Amino acid sequence: MVETYLHLLRATVRAQSQYRLSFAVDAVGTSFGVLLDVVSVLVFFRVTRSLAGFPFREAFLMASLATFGFALADLVAGNVDLLRFNVRTGRLDALLVRPLGVLPQLLVLDFAPRRLGRVVESLVVYAVGLGYAGVGWSPARALLAVLAPLSGGVLYGALFVAFGSVAFWWIESAEFANGFTYGGRDFAAYPLTVYSGLFRRLFGYGLGFAFVSYYPALALLGRADPLHGPDWLGWCAPLVAVAAALAAGGVWRLGVRHYRSTGS
Amino acid sequence: MIETAGLRKEFVVSAKVGKLRRERRVVAAVDGIDLRVERGETLGYLGPNGAGKSTTLKMLTGVLTPTAGRISVCGLTPVPQRTQLARRIGVVFGQRSQLWWDLPLRDSFDLLRHIYRVPAPEHAGRLAECVELLDLGPLLPVPVRQLSLGQRMRGELTAALLHRPEVLFLDEPTIGLDVVSKQAVREFLTQLGRRGDTTLILTTHDLADIERLCRRLVIVDHGRVVHDGTAEELHSRYGSRRRVVVDLDEPLAEPVTLPGVALESAEGLRLTYQLVDGTNAGALVARLAAAASLRDLAVVEPAIEDVIARLYARGATG
Repeated sequence: MVETYLHLLRATVRAQSQYRLSFAVDAVGTSFGVLLDVVSVLVFFRVTRSLAGFPFREAFLMASLATFGFALADLVAGNVDLLRFNVRTGRLDALLVRPLGVLPQLLVLDFAPRRLGRVVESLVVYAVGLGYAGVGWSPARALLAVLAPLSGGVLYGALFVAFGSVAFWWIESAEFANGFTYGGRDFAAYPLTVYSGLFRRLFGYGLGFAFVSYYPALALLGRADPLHGPDWLGWCAPLVAVAAALAAGGVWRLGVRHYRSTGS
Repeated sequence: MIETAGLRKEFVVSAKVGKLRRERRVVAAVDGIDLRVERGETLGYLGPNGAGKSTTLKMLTGVLTPTAGRISVCGLTPVPQRTQLARRIGVVFGQRSQLWWDLPLRDSFDLLRHIYRVPAPEHAGRLAECVELLDLGPLLPVPVRQLSLGQRMRGELTAALLHRPEVLFLDEPTIGLDVVSKQAVREFLTQLGRRGDTTLILTTHDLADIERLCRRLVIVDHGRVVHDGTAEELHSRYGSRRRVVVDLDEPLAEPVTLPGVALESAEGLRLTYQLVDGTNAGALVARLAAAASLRDLAVVEPAIEDVIARLYARGATG
């Protein structure tokens, strides 16, 4: 099964390698994106020494976690927002009559290798963030340092899929979906303490963005939660990610059942 | 092989009424279709635009979930058992491609082998057969985007058959093709149908496809079956008649009359007779040959277009 998808993945890369110039332009373009994410955090610290109770080195770790997790999700699942094209052109019909899952087919067939650049860059930024934050290393924290961005990636990926499936009901839903996915990346780039009230509860806990960067960073840094949450919340990211992935899978399957197809 | 009972698909259509109000209306694209197709049959599924042909095909292949009714294809229920069913059916959508646009045609066939997990020797044999029948050899190294529509359609046919499906669904397989390509596609499908191990279900606008390929015709209109049977049955049911057209060397001395034969028109030396209710042309031709010397003679089969046009017109008014 995995072998089948590897064959398909190689074919996608081969097909895209025919458009080298466009690949190069895209790769350069997306690399500016990562720089921008980082710079936007730096900007705050030109005017203040701490952001909602966190010094620069700690806030930077959170921002780099969010950026890296998002880059991973964008690489694997970012192309779900092409679903609307696949619905409109009827390509989805062609995928549905093959003996493979529709979602994995879409992810593999629309895979964009240019997004790898973003992953590498944000990995470097994350490594710098970890080094600079002064983490007191232990085996458990090392494991968390690996699991946290992966969990963030899964969570963002689940959101890409869940909000992308809205296109089954409402074709022009891309902007709506982007609001949650890109919005979620920006939300997690700052410490949770920046936000308050309903906004924090809805996005931080409801959609789980607090578990992308804020809580894992607290656990890595060995800091108590200024919001008085229990310490074990820092280790919950993988569970949140699994729950989100299951929910997204359910929404996707519901969407496929509701698929109306188009024209002839 | 295929069985449906009371198959129904509704769509909610919302239309603008006034400035802000939208009216939601339920439209049945497929409105209670009962169908039974045996192994090896070739069935033509015919109907005007919007009659529900494609919707039915999409429900049979597991693309769309029916609103109501039962379906069984190869003993499976299409939507819940979609991937299992996909291994046993082949689908050619005239306007949806199974091929990789930017890669050589050969690569698409190879990828499909992995998707359907067909053993390499079996795949090679099947491919060689299609390559020969459809004359694909020179096209294999060409990227699909550079193929003409007719060439691509031959590729699509091959792609749908490489895993040896039990049922082949074709949705408008000749749409947009030139005469030569249409001919090639029909020729190939005729041979496939004759072998009898593949059930063929074909939707089309092109009546020539149907006349060449299908013994059985299912005609749908407004989501319902209005005819299910052979073309001959269609003609006898809707009263279409064969004609005998003769060109004479000299006018007839006296009119030729026979039971079951009616003179339709006489233009100079050309006479057109209608044969009513299965009367044979033999007796008429013999009488004519005895009465005058014949320059030319033709027996004209009824055009299926005419019958179907009348059928739709009736549906529209009724």
